[in-house]
Amino acid sequence: MGLAKRIIPCLDVTNGRVVKGVNFIGLRDAGDPIEISRRYDDQGADELTFLDITASSDDRDLILHIIEEVAAQVFIPLTVGGGVRKVEDVRRLLNAGADKVSINTSAVQNPELVREAADRYGSQCIVVAIDAKRAENGWQVFTHGGRNATGLDVIEWAKKMQALGAGEILLTSMDRDGTRNGFDLALIRSVSDTVDVPVIASGGVGNLQHLVDGIVDGHADAVLAASIFHYGEYTVRQAKEYMAQHSIEVRL
Amino acid sequence: MPDIAIVDYGMGNLRSVSKALEHVAQGASISVTSNPEVVRSASRVVVPGQGAMPDCLRELDKLGLRKAVVDAALHKPFLGICLGLQMLFDSSEEGNVKGLGIVSGKVRRFSAPATTANVQQRLKVPHMGWNQVHQAVAHPMWKDIPQDARFYFVHSYYVETATPEPAAAYTEYPFPFTCAVAKDNIFAVQFHPEKSQESGLALLSNFVHWQPTVFKGTRSRF
Repeated sequence: MGLAKRIIPCLDVTNGRVVKGVNFIGLRDAGDPIEISRRYDDQGADELTFLDITASSDDRDLILHIIEEVAAQVFIPLTVGGGVRKVEDVRRLLNAGADKVSINTSAVQNPELVREAADRYGSQCIVVAIDAKRAENGWQVFTHGGRNATGLDVIEWAKKMQALGAGEILLTSMDRDGTRNGFDLALIRSVSDTVDVPVIASGGVGNLQHLVDGIVDGHADAVLAASIFHYGEYTVRQAKEYMAQHSIEVRL
Repeated sequence: MPDIAIVDYGMGNLRSVSKALEHVAQGASISVTSNPEVVRSASRVVVPGQGAMPDCLRELDKLGLRKAVVDAALHKPFLGICLGLQMLFDSSEEGNVKGLGIVSGKVRRFSAPATTANVQQRLKVPHMGWNQVHQAVAHPMWKDIPQDARFYFVHSYYVETATPEPAAAYTEYPFPFTCAVAKDNIFAVQFHPEKSQESGLALLSNFVHWQPTVFKGTRSRF
């Protein structure tokens, strides 16, 4: 017995609604973020992750109100990412009730942001999100929701982010995201076996066995999924029961 | 004169702690404060905190809060969370600093990443996620909380008490470490009750109703 592997439903939020796309495009409405958060909390989600995919910076405050409302009702850890560019953005999200803030594109543009934010608020609340795509040798880091190639190697980048103070890595396979074909297990395992901080596997979950594979074969510390939960296909509790049947320690 | 003061020394987000306390203590006045006078006047004191221990102690001193926190730990129902537990000890390996010296022992870092026995997998630091809390003593703060209930942890340092008596609970990662300390009017935990759903809310509710009968500052029953 010991530390449980975590299941983290992910809510992509834009204009105050939860949406879900395929390979980062083609968005479909999935409901009200407060309502969905409460449902996942009731089902035993270990944490919740919100990704603010709002295109216009004018509407960014919407996510703050959503987080404030969720944090007053749901007493599990909340991670928020999307559009975090300055230490001030980190502060605003934490003050709204986020426990962790996820930094993606800005970490590439300005790696010092990760160091500054970790120094100021502690590594425990800084998650670096990495969007990875298979390359000739290994995987390459992409930014801007998967549109821009950076030329950076994912494994080296993960090591650098840990060194700068990231307390956790959220690792998404863009090749798999939205495909429902399962995680890119080689990717997840390569990063998880390299860094000392926890790794959250993301991208590609289509059934409950995929979650088990992410833990057992991918060596992930946590698994993140969106669509299998959003459309009521499986509950978080069903996912946990399935994992428990496969000898994975979970919080039931 | 608040019922509960949450000590704000600028180390991280205290909103979760105040929201969770508001949830279990409806009608109580809860103050998130950096003012030593408010801490002094409160009936109960909560000291949360995350980040690094040297910064935490420096901020306590800068804001003139050290004495108010020590007085609270000696004389009132006192709940420490995370750094609020670690700061009570004599010293910490984090920055090699002295703590408040209210509980004997030290704060240590989880050992360099090791391979666990059963799977070829690294021991991740920080220790992050839901782990089991094994209650080692009966205590009013454990009321309605099942043995080995899971609470949410996120930390890279853990406390080691000089003697076993103050240890109120253990958690394994990968060896058993003290995750809760109980001494007279002090109860302090490494995990985050404000983020631990039902069990966490139960613990906070127990704190709101806890009437310690022995106070550390007096050493006698009455």
